Amino acid sequence: MDLIDFARGPALQWSLALFIFGIAWRLIGVLLLHRKVDHSLPRHQDTTMGGVRLIFSRMWPKPEFRQSNAVHYALSYTFHIGLFIVIFLFRPHMLFIRDLTGLSWPTLPSGFVYVIGAMTLATLVAMLVRRMSHPVLKMISNFDDYFSWAVTALPVATGLLAVSHLGARYETLLALHILSVCLLLVWFPFGKLMHATLFVISRGTTGALFERKGAST
Amino acid sequence: MSEIVDNNPLDLTGTRISVQKPEVRYDVQGEMPDEERVRIAMRSFVKDFGAHSAIYMESCIHCGMCAEACHYYVQTGDPKYTPIWKLELFKQAYKREAGPFAFVYRLFDLKSAVTAQQLQQWQELIYDSCTMCGRCTMICPMGIDIAALVSQARHAMFEAGLVPHELWAVAERAEREGSPLGATASTFADRCEWMADEHEVEVPVDKERADVLVTISSIEIMKYPNTIADFAKVLNHMGVDWTFRTDGYEATNFGLLSGNAAWQKDMSMKMIKAAIACGAKTLILPECGHAYGALRWQGANLYGKPLPFEVLHISEYLARGIKEGKIRLRQWPESVTFHDPCQVSRRGGATAAPREVMRALGVKLTEMGEPGLNWCCGGGGGVVTIHRADELRYKTFELKMKQVEATKAEHLVSSCSNCRQTFDDGQAHFQWDKTMESLLEIVAANLINT
Repeated sequence: MDLIDFARGPALQWSLALFIFGIAWRLIGVLLLHRKVDHSLPRHQDTTMGGVRLIFSRMWPKPEFRQSNAVHYALSYTFHIGLFIVIFLFRPHMLFIRDLTGLSWPTLPSGFVYVIGAMTLATLVAMLVRRMSHPVLKMISNFDDYFSWAVTALPVATGLLAVSHLGARYETLLALHILSVCLLLVWFPFGKLMHATLFVISRGTTGALFERKGAST
Repeated sequence: MSEIVDNNPLDLTGTRISVQKPEVRYDVQGEMPDEERVRIAMRSFVKDFGAHSAIYMESCIHCGMCAEACHYYVQTGDPKYTPIWKLELFKQAYKREAGPFAFVYRLFDLKSAVTAQQLQQWQELIYDSCTMCGRCTMICPMGIDIAALVSQARHAMFEAGLVPHELWAVAERAEREGSPLGATASTFADRCEWMADEHEVEVPVDKERADVLVTISSIEIMKYPNTIADFAKVLNHMGVDWTFRTDGYEATNFGLLSGNAAWQKDMSMKMIKAAIACGAKTLILPECGHAYGALRWQGANLYGKPLPFEVLHISEYLARGIKEGKIRLRQWPESVTFHDPCQVSRRGGATAAPREVMRALGVKLTEMGEPGLNWCCGGGGGVVTIHRADELRYKTFELKMKQVEATKAEHLVSSCSNCRQTFDDGQAHFQWDKTMESLLEIVAANLINT
């Protein structure tokens, strides 16, 4: 079996299985824990909209905090939007997902996506430098932060190498790209990458709890 | 007299009320081996770990943004004051003992066990440098309620006997005497009589039946006793059937602040039982921040079922009285900025009420930024009682002074007596020309009695 066949075949299947099982395990592990009944008289009865509101409103920084975290917001927005474009709006990726799921959607010109990919990688490097140099980030960071960074940066880097045919045969680079995605999928449920699912639950929880009290969000 | 009273006499003469000469630093209570202390702390933290706390523990992405929302970090630049870092040991304990992958962490020893020395170091982060003001909750991109987790960590620290001594001392006194500051039932009754004479106002105490039970804070009884008369003036003006009760008057809850859940319940139950005994339909909480959180939002849960009466902060009761036409006010067209007590407003939801009262007074209000999001006074969460935290507290108070000054308002008004003593203490320390005024006091002084 070629490396590319291994990557597209068993590696991807197993990593996807671990990805799904791991996410389910972690989410079920916290969601099935007991929830105490709150007997206090709510200020607002319907708390659902409070939860939904915070899921969306927390995507934008409050004016109060914009200036103090300007660098962080700029890097985070650039990185997240860049990653979204690269993953979902690059035609080969869409075709790959279409083969798996049957879903398809419009994509962007490849040349544009390459530029965005390079920008995303540059932003990732800037975020790493910042994490290693900012006193707060340096202190609170652990293995998860650095490993999650690596498994996120690798697919972007290998993808850029593959499309530019740099360093090895295209098939080898593509296989390495897919294997790096497999690594990301396997690590996803165990580390901080899970925030891509958990943000809905944790923001929704606080939004609903605070809506009940009429407290500020 | 217990040992604690002998060793830590109350200081009632200073600008803030606490105990005198705390001698023990890196405080520990009780005799037990270090390993036992750690085991109790961590077991206590993960015990009853509900879905909400677990979700928060799972969700942190280590972005560090909460640092910029915390007055301790902003004023010192010391990364150890990053709010989520204050929970680092407890996060480790959660991952190792209670998380969905705890077995993996334990199997491969991926999270090292917490040590007694680390816990002692964290005492400063959990108590001295966190007022649980919740600004960090407002900035967290994951929406983690960090302040609620600190409160949970305090439970663990209390069980392990790792509470700052003064805070432990006033909490113990509150549990034993009914007041953290020596305002026993008889002292309170005496003060009511004194205020009734002084202000020539009727102050009903221990009525058997009343529609409204009014509670008060020890800080008010001992330091701002005029509050007793102000309550009486307003409620008598409204024609309300009300009473104070010596079996349930104290609204401060040092059980909550120190982290002792059993004492917290005892303190809340006194007010709940007194309200039930007199058949009150409404229980009014005084100008006290944490008292609001403790009874309004946690009281029914300690009682085990919905309370048979409503609980209102005094600012909410005043706003309702004005809306119903029961309070008639002279205009007080002064230039005012309002300090939102964190637990009443940001975390309690009663942000609109004081503004409705001020509108009725006709004040010219200049906000300190978004209502409910202003800087904490720095004295909440029991921090004002902790002597060793004074230097740090004054640093955070500078931030508050700057925020107040920026409004250029002539009057600084708030509705929390704990904030008030923190402002008084800060004012004395910095020889500041602003004195915090009580909203209730201003209303009482501007009633139109026909």
